[in-house]
Amino acid sequence: MEFKTFVFYFLSAVLLYAAARVVTLRNPVHAALHLVLAFFSASGIWMLLQAEFLAIVLVLVYVGSVTVLFLFVVMMLDIDANRMREGFRKNMPLGLGVASLMIAEMGFVFYSRFSGHVESAARQAGPEYSNVKEIGRLLFTEYAYPFELASVVLLTGVVAAVALTLRGKQKNKSVDPSEQVFVKAGERIRILHMPPEKME
Amino acid sequence: MIFPETRFALPDFQPACAEIFVLFMICLILMTSLFIKEKARGTLHFLAQAALIGAAALTCTASGAGTVKRAFSGMFVADMMADLLKLAIYLTISLTFFYSRAYVAGKLPRARGEYYALTLIATLGMMVVVSAGNFVTLYVGLELLSLPIYALVALERDSSRAAEAAMKYFVLGALASAFMLYGISMIYGATGTLDISAVAEGFSRNRGDRATAVFGLVFLVSGIAFKLGLAPFHMWVPDVYHGAPLSVALLISSAPKIAVFAFAVRVLINGLFPLSQDWRAMLLALVVLSMALGNLAAIAQTNFRRMLAYSSISHMGFMLLGLVSGVIDGNAKNMINAVSASMFYLLTYVLSSAGAFGVLVLLPDPDGDSGEISGLAGLGKRSPVLAATMMTLMFSMAGIPFFAGFFAKFSVLVAVVAAGSFWLAALAVFFSLVGAYYYLRIVKVMYFDPLPDGARNIETPFSMKVLVAANGLAVALLGIFPNALMFLCVKSLSFSVFA
Repeated sequence: MEFKTFVFYFLSAVLLYAAARVVTLRNPVHAALHLVLAFFSASGIWMLLQAEFLAIVLVLVYVGSVTVLFLFVVMMLDIDANRMREGFRKNMPLGLGVASLMIAEMGFVFYSRFSGHVESAARQAGPEYSNVKEIGRLLFTEYAYPFELASVVLLTGVVAAVALTLRGKQKNKSVDPSEQVFVKAGERIRILHMPPEKME
Repeated sequence: MIFPETRFALPDFQPACAEIFVLFMICLILMTSLFIKEKARGTLHFLAQAALIGAAALTCTASGAGTVKRAFSGMFVADMMADLLKLAIYLTISLTFFYSRAYVAGKLPRARGEYYALTLIATLGMMVVVSAGNFVTLYVGLELLSLPIYALVALERDSSRAAEAAMKYFVLGALASAFMLYGISMIYGATGTLDISAVAEGFSRNRGDRATAVFGLVFLVSGIAFKLGLAPFHMWVPDVYHGAPLSVALLISSAPKIAVFAFAVRVLINGLFPLSQDWRAMLLALVVLSMALGNLAAIAQTNFRRMLAYSSISHMGFMLLGLVSGVIDGNAKNMINAVSASMFYLLTYVLSSAGAFGVLVLLPDPDGDSGEISGLAGLGKRSPVLAATMMTLMFSMAGIPFFAGFFAKFSVLVAVVAAGSFWLAALAVFFSLVGAYYYLRIVKVMYFDPLPDGARNIETPFSMKVLVAANGLAVALLGIFPNALMFLCVKSLSFSVFA
C-alpha cells in the first residue's frame, strides 16, 4: 500500500468516527469539538486531492468561525439534551433499517462502478500550478454570474435576520449634544412669580 | 472587450437586463424603507409594482423572439420559454402584491419594506431558475427563491403557528437542497460538466457514466418533488399553507411552482433526456401517489387552507403527467404537445390558486386568516363578487367543462392517451372525480349553508372587487378560448427546449 493511500484511509476513518460521535455524544460542547475534528480530517482529504486552497478555506471558515458560533449558541442556549433524545430509542429500529438499506443500495451502485479505482482519475498538476489563481480566475470570469447571485443570497440573509429579530426602536435615554449646547436657562429652570407673603 | 491574459470576453449584459433591474429595485426598496416616513409607507407597494412592470417591459424588449441567447459563459439562457414563464411570474407576483396590500399593512406593519424586498428577491430567484443554463445557476437560483420564502413564513413573529411552519419548511427545504446538490455532484461526476446542454451531449457521445448519473438523478428528482410538493415529499405543504401569513401562503402556492416547472424541464428534458426512461418511471410513481394522496386527504379537511394545500399536491401530480407521457419508447415525437399541455395546466392552476388565496386574503379577519371552511358559510350573501369568483375558481380546479381547468386536464389527458397509457388516463379521471367532491362542497357552503348569526356584509374596496372579478373571469375565459395561451406554450417550447 502506497503511503498516500494509507493517509487517505486513516483520515477517512477519523472523519467517520468524528462524524458518528457528533450525532451520538450527549454533551453538545463535545459534539461541537468532534465536528472540528471532522472538518480537519475532511480538509486533510482535500489536501490529498491537491485542493489546498479549499482545504485551507475549510479550516479557516468552518473551524475558525462556524464552529465557534456553534459553541457560542450551544453555551448560551439552555438545551435539555434528554428532552431532545425523546423517542430516540423508539424510532431507532426504523431509522437504522432505512439507513442500512440506503447504504447497501448506494454501496452496491458504487462498488460495481469504482472497485479497483484507487487513484483519482484527475491529472496531477505541476508544482507551478496555483489553485488560488485558477479558482480566482474562474470565479471572476466564467462563474461571475452565480458568484454575483451568491452575494444576493447573502443580502437575503441580512434582510431576513433583521426582519426576524429587530423589534422596533429601543427607547433609550441618550442626549443630543447640539441640543444640549443651545439650551437656554429659561428651558431648564421654570421661574415662578409668586407674590411675596406678608408677615403678620 | 477581451482581456488577453485570462482569455475572457466581457459578457453581454443585455439579455439579463430584467434581472439586473429587479436587483436594483430591491436595493432601492430597502433604502427607501429605511428613510421613508411611517405615513408614506404605501410608496413601497408602488415601487414593488414598478419593479415588476419595468422587468416585464425589459423582458419583452430584450426578448429575441424565437432565438436562443446565451450569456455569462453559458450560465444564462434567454429563450422564449424563459420569457413566457417570466412574464407569468411577474403577473402572479403582481397579483400577490395587489391582493395582500391591505393585509400586509394591517398584519405586518413594521416589516412592510422587508416583505416587499424579500418577495422581490424570491422573484429574482425564480427568474434566475427559469433562465439558467448551468447546474450552478439553477442551484443558486433555487436557493435565492427558497431562502426569502422561509423568512417570509416566519415574518408574523408573534404567531407560534407561523414559527412552527417556518421551522418545518426550513429544515425540510434545507434537506431537499442538500439532496439536490448531492444529485448534481453525481451528475457532474458522471459527465464531467455542469453545463446543461453539455450534459446531454456527453451522454449522446456515450461518454457519460450512466449508472452514476441515474444515482444522481434519484436525488435530483426527489429535490424537484419536494419543491413542487409531490407525495411522498409533501409533508411541509399543508403546514406551511396553513401556518404562513395569508399573503405569503398566496405567494408560495403560485409563482414558485412556475420556476420549479422550468427547473424540471431544463434538467430532465434539456439535460438528462438520455435518461428519460429512468426519470419517467420515477415521476410516474410520484404522480400516481400525489394524485391519490392529495385528492383523498383533501376530502377530510375542515380548513380551507389545508384543503387547498392537498389540492395543490394533486394538481402538481396531474401537471407532471404531461412530462411523464412525453416520451413513447424513447421517441420524443409527442414531447412538445405533452410538455406544452403541462405548461398550460400549470399556468391555469397558478392563476386559480392565486385567485383562491386572493379571495381569502380579502375576507375580514377571523374568517380569512383561520381559513376554516365553516367561515365561508353564506359568503354568497355577504359578498356576491368574492363568492362568484371563488365558485368559478373551484369549478375550474374541479375540471368542470368550459372552465380553464377542464381544458387543461383535457389536454394533459390527450397527451397521456397519445402515449398509450390508458390505465393512467383512467386513474387520473377517477381521482379528478374524487376531487370534484371537495371543490363543490365549498360552493355548497358558500351558497346554501345558513348565514352565521351576526354576520355582516363584507366591505371590499371597488378596485379589489374589479381585480378579483377579472381573475375569475380570466379563468373562465381561458376555458372557452384556450387557443391563444396554448399556442404561446407550444411556440415557446418549440423555439427553446426543442429548438
